[in-house]
Amino acid sequence: MAKPAVLTHPESLKRPAGPSEYAKDPVNASLSKAEKIALYTKMARIRHFEQRCIRIYQQGKIGGFLHLYVGQEAVAAGTISLLGKHDHIITGYRDHGHGLMVGMGMNECMAELTGRVTGCSQGKGGSMHYFAPDKNYWGGHGIVGGQAPLGTGLAYAVKYLGLKGSCLAYMGDGAVNQGAVHEAYNLASLWDLPVIFVVENNGYSMGTSQERSTAHPGCLAKRAEGYNMAWDVINGHDVYEVRAKTAIALKRAHEESKPTVLEIFTYRYFGHSMADPDKTYRDKEEIKEYREKKDPVLAFEQELLREKVLTPELSLQINEAAMAEADKAAVFADESPDPTVADITKHIYWEEDNRGPKTTSRGTIIFE
Amino acid sequence: MAVISYREALRAAMREELKRDDKVVIMGEEVAQFNGAYKVTEGLLKEFGPKRIVDTPISEAGFIGLGIGASMLGIRPVMELMFWSFSYVAFDQIVNNAGNIRYMSGGLINCPIVIRGPANGGTNVGATHSHTPEAILASHPGIKVVCPATPYDAKGLMKAAIRDNDPVYVMENTILYNDKGEVPDEDYIVPLGVADVKRVGTDLTIVAHGRAVITSLKAAEILEKEHGVSVEVVDLRSIRPLDEETILASVRKTHRALLVEENKPFCGVDAQVAYLIQSKAFDELDAPIHRVSSIDAPQIYCKRMEDLQMPNVERVVAEALKVLA
Ligand SMILES: Cc1ncc(C[n+]2csc(CCOP(=O)(O)OP(=O)(O)O)c2C)c(N)n1
Ligand SMILES: [Mg+2]
Repeated sequence: MAKPAVLTHPESLKRPAGPSEYAKDPVNASLSKAEKIALYTKMARIRHFEQRCIRIYQQGKIGGFLHLYVGQEAVAAGTISLLGKHDHIITGYRDHGHGLMVGMGMNECMAELTGRVTGCSQGKGGSMHYFAPDKNYWGGHGIVGGQAPLGTGLAYAVKYLGLKGSCLAYMGDGAVNQGAVHEAYNLASLWDLPVIFVVENNGYSMGTSQERSTAHPGCLAKRAEGYNMAWDVINGHDVYEVRAKTAIALKRAHEESKPTVLEIFTYRYFGHSMADPDKTYRDKEEIKEYREKKDPVLAFEQELLREKVLTPELSLQINEAAMAEADKAAVFADESPDPTVADITKHIYWEEDNRGPKTTSRGTIIFE
Repeated sequence: MAVISYREALRAAMREELKRDDKVVIMGEEVAQFNGAYKVTEGLLKEFGPKRIVDTPISEAGFIGLGIGASMLGIRPVMELMFWSFSYVAFDQIVNNAGNIRYMSGGLINCPIVIRGPANGGTNVGATHSHTPEAILASHPGIKVVCPATPYDAKGLMKAAIRDNDPVYVMENTILYNDKGEVPDEDYIVPLGVADVKRVGTDLTIVAHGRAVITSLKAAEILEKEHGVSVEVVDLRSIRPLDEETILASVRKTHRALLVEENKPFCGVDAQVAYLIQSKAFDELDAPIHRVSSIDAPQIYCKRMEDLQMPNVERVVAEALKVLA
């Protein structure tokens, strides 16, 4: 085994999970008991959905790539729990957690993974390409960094339409080295667009630790300074902190129409994808430490137990319900039909799908 | 002759060229410490060290462009794209810079770069990861494109590509990486621009490249056994330069042609091959040329449908029978 990579997460962010300094922050203090339980429930649902996926993958029912979000739940949960009607999100291929957070059902998510027509993208997108535009979720993008300009464009549209909203564009720590991301940063700042670039820094891009891939002035978010943008770093193991600091960026977007780069330190417990044997680039001890000391779902559970919002019984109930929901989704996916051969050539062009008396083109746009 | 896999053949080619020429450098995402996303470069870091085998950030436009620049000063970079699908973020470098520099400098500069990696569908990863850009890239004069189908060709073409003084883009196939075949122990190359008759026949010519060759060979066996038809399979190996003579010679013999590729049909490689045959061997044809390619849509995710979207043995047999009817 290669020597364990040096952890790049600032020491201060690795302290054992304890009471959150941000519990009293207004965005958290103002949450009702029910809202806190709902937030915890969503995090637990992401965890159990993802863990159920592992089994289905191992049974050979999910092929291709499967990138799990286990360990990173507080990022999607914290940020998305703050969003309103005109706030949009877009992310990369590690997209299941975001989908469940915006309210996609486990059934449609699971069925997409197994390529069923009942999946959110009718079996056409797969794990990396979830979409739910009705829930302001614009994907699910497989090409690293490709979503950053799109997110900037969604923010542009929000502003153009005169709406008080924003777009959160998520990416990984490896994605920050794509040219498209830098071009998006510049446009966002130059044109005062209400976009929040959320860098989910889980320490690795595939098998490459952050310090082997990225030159930066202390942290990745600080690159924002080169573009005259605001930035912040966040402990992504504490959902309260994620909420508190994201709320500031959202306010900046809503009230000043200005962009922000947020770097959220987080950790993935499994390999890059299910295809990654995860043997060469990090130490098992490192994974263990994060799991045991900084788990975001457990940390929030502890927090809520201390606050007496949760009881152990209620927590158990929530987790069991999430597992049962994931089991049911697995059955749903199993029992759903595949798309048909005729479906292959649907959804390529709006024109083709909407031919009618008003269609003027005589051209053939799909070839045999 | 050793029997090795397509993956090992590619690796052996790179190893031998790294040894032969100290200007050869391997670069790409995860090629060194992680031993390659598909393990093609496994062990090379250990053997040649970090100066020769270099991990890059996820910055295709940057590192491919860097390789092109370095090649102008005599380095011989062999750049890995984890997938050719990711070449699209580096399109300007790959097409505009590598493809035009020699021409625009009036021949003063050349660009001996190799860019390699898998370019295939069939792996259940959806549209963004399943591109087959050989036709798009080969449509640019200044660029060479090869698509090996067997371990022998993979090694020979890779070595020829590394020794070539122009940009050569090698399109591999993840589904073929484990395929085994005989490969000579001694040094050899497969010249660029030389097609190979992979099966000799008299009734029908199938022209194919990449994995479509393997599919066509299986189809040819069925056509022989079940329909008593003798099929010749021409493997293009190299898309540009295109070996016109081998294609035409085969058609002159069989008088019928079926073109098979895993690309989408519109502006595919076989659109060009069909034009070639009708323009130079029209009088030889006893039937219209037919094509089998992927169904004209972005790659579908659902594996069961993807297998039907792509050329498969059944579709090739059925289409061959139409040409023969
Ligand atoms: C342009 C491009 N290059 C390479 C890849 C292959 N790839 C997919 S994910 C990935 C690592 C990304 O790491 P990071 O941005 O840190 O996100 P994480 O996976 O950690 O969430 C790579 C290299 C790709 N999908 N797109
Ligand atoms: Mg990462």
